[in-house]
Amino acid sequence: MIADANNTPAVEAIGLTKIYGSGNTEVVAMKDVSVTLAHGEVVALLGPSGAGKSTFLTAIGLINPPTAGRITIGGQPVMDADRALVDVRAYRRQHLGFVFQKANLMPFLSAMENVSVAMEINDVAPRDARKRAMELLEYLGVADRADHLPDALSGGQQQRVAVARALANRPSLILADEPTAALDSHRGRQVMELFRKVAHEHGSAVIVVTHDHRSLEVFDRTYEMEDGELRSHPSSP
Amino acid sequence: MNLATKDIRHNFGRFALTTVGIGMLLMIVMGMGGIYRGLIHEAALFVKQVGADIWVVQGGTRGPFAEVSRIPANLEDRVRAVPGVASARRFVSHTIQRQHRGRPLRMVVQGLSWPEDRGDWVPVTAGRPLRQAHYEMIADGSLGLLLGEKVKLGKDVYEVVGLTKGMVGTGGDGLCFFTTSDAEAIQFDVPGEALRLERAARLSRLEGMDLGRVTPLLSERVIGQASELPALAPPQVSAIMLTLQPGTDIAKVAETISTWPDVTVYSRQQQVDLLLSGMVDKAKRQLGLFRALLIIISAIIMALIIYTLTLDKIHDIAMLKLMGARNGVIIGLILQQALLIGVLGYGLAYWLGTYAFPKFPRLVVIENQDLLSLGVIVLGISVFASLMGIGKAMGVEPNKVLS
Ligand SMILES: Nc1ncnc2c1ncn2[C@@H]1O[C@H](COP(=O)(O)OP(=O)(O)OP(=O)(O)O)[C@@H](O)[C@H]1O
Ligand SMILES: [Mg+2]
Repeated sequence: MIADANNTPAVEAIGLTKIYGSGNTEVVAMKDVSVTLAHGEVVALLGPSGAGKSTFLTAIGLINPPTAGRITIGGQPVMDADRALVDVRAYRRQHLGFVFQKANLMPFLSAMENVSVAMEINDVAPRDARKRAMELLEYLGVADRADHLPDALSGGQQQRVAVARALANRPSLILADEPTAALDSHRGRQVMELFRKVAHEHGSAVIVVTHDHRSLEVFDRTYEMEDGELRSHPSSP
Repeated sequence: MNLATKDIRHNFGRFALTTVGIGMLLMIVMGMGGIYRGLIHEAALFVKQVGADIWVVQGGTRGPFAEVSRIPANLEDRVRAVPGVASARRFVSHTIQRQHRGRPLRMVVQGLSWPEDRGDWVPVTAGRPLRQAHYEMIADGSLGLLLGEKVKLGKDVYEVVGLTKGMVGTGGDGLCFFTTSDAEAIQFDVPGEALRLERAARLSRLEGMDLGRVTPLLSERVIGQASELPALAPPQVSAIMLTLQPGTDIAKVAETISTWPDVTVYSRQQQVDLLLSGMVDKAKRQLGLFRALLIIISAIIMALIIYTLTLDKIHDIAMLKLMGARNGVIIGLILQQALLIGVLGYGLAYWLGTYAFPKFPRLVVIENQDLLSLGVIVLGISVFASLMGIGKAMGVEPNKVLS
């Protein structure tokens, strides 16, 4: 992916529209959204509650198919309207990384296992998975908590383990939905900077939904969503 | 990494309790199968050990193992005259319940045709067969009697001279071998007062008849010893067991005797079949029903616990799907847990059984074939139990992580 970083965009979404329900209860959550991200690019997505940010993110993340539009990741068309052009599960585990507001760690796995399980379901040998999991935890500064269950970790530590898990399979696209909402501003900023570092080091594209206007300078670009429509934010370069 | 065992470690208490419960249920299922095998084993053991080729029983009946059979004891002498018959023995058997050492003692009184049959064929584990015509007995170990112990039955006291093993009647009560005359004395033990009343009754009947009034000698005889009373029926026995001379055609002898209108004849195999098809068959159906119910209960308990374990993990399963895990990973997680409960429960059942079965009131015979079929059934219910959980897990959308 990094090799063709210069010519192929990391993600290309064209005319994404999402309509929930029908008739009286119809909700247009996303209206004709088009966006292109280059490799190594880190963008922020702002917008009021109910604007359609999560809808957009889950569509790009091949979790929640759009009603209309096309998605291309790394030059490969993956969605045409609500029709998947690839095995979305395989695609998610191989190319995508997710971080949410809640860490969503498995309560029965240790911090290290929570990271290595993401690799094991992607057919990485357990020994290699453990080794890389430890490296990632070290990178995120939670290596000393590797053997603890999530219950024994603070919220911030849990979130860093979740970030490590999202990075585990060296995804070409990282999608983060309010990843720092549960963290203090200092920790929040650290996570944002980490995304930036990963994006620049590995060439992954990163989309972060955030309400935190104070750390916007970390991002290469900022978008804003309102009533399902996407536009560039004034603060964006 | 095995997600199934990691999750079990996290929910260890619930898992262990379920496994122990399933294990105990399976132990009972295993034990009930063993009791059925034990019934067959015990029922056939006596008929096989006693070694009779032909059983002669009351005409029109199915013999003493199926119902009451009464034939005159002198039939013994009649069948001895049939060509090919080497020996004839009386079969006297009845169940009694008496008081011994302050506790009820229930046993099957089994008569041996003294002096031809001294119980040499009875496999004695201690002591010896009978050596005198009266007041000796060989007791089955299940009765808890000791060698040399004296037991009062009726008016007489009998000494335990030998102990045997595995000899029980169809009701599960241990056998005790006596000479036939002792066996009959025990069965027909009549209190003195009953005898006196009977004598008085006979005397008064006699006095009402002309014959009695003119024959004083007769009145002396009717009030004589019980065994000498002429009007009393000859002693009755349940059956006569025949042993044939070597090389004799069993079917031919059986055919000859079965032409006698007052008796019915069974071969050894027919006698075993009668035993198994009657009492044992009913027990089999009863035990089979209980086993089936217990297996269904085990399956339901397993299904419920697997389902709740899955419900608890539904968010984690959604996360696994979101991260792109194959369905196989998720099905494997649930199925392995069910199989683990099944396999551990089965192992526990077997282990518990080795301690519990010898303490069961009836003989428990565990056969490999039964162990194998129960094992297959346990695997089957484990798979079945996981279906509901798997169905739930498959229906979960990865979206659920976000809510
Ligand atoms: N499953 C659904 N069914 C119906 N309507 C939905 C569903 N999911 C979201 N919506 C609607 O779509 C719109 C966009 O929702 P979305 O979750 O994308 O907003 P958001 O920008 O992420 O908001 P927030 O900042 O609160 O997370 C909202 O009006 C919401 O009510
Ligand atoms: Mg949202």
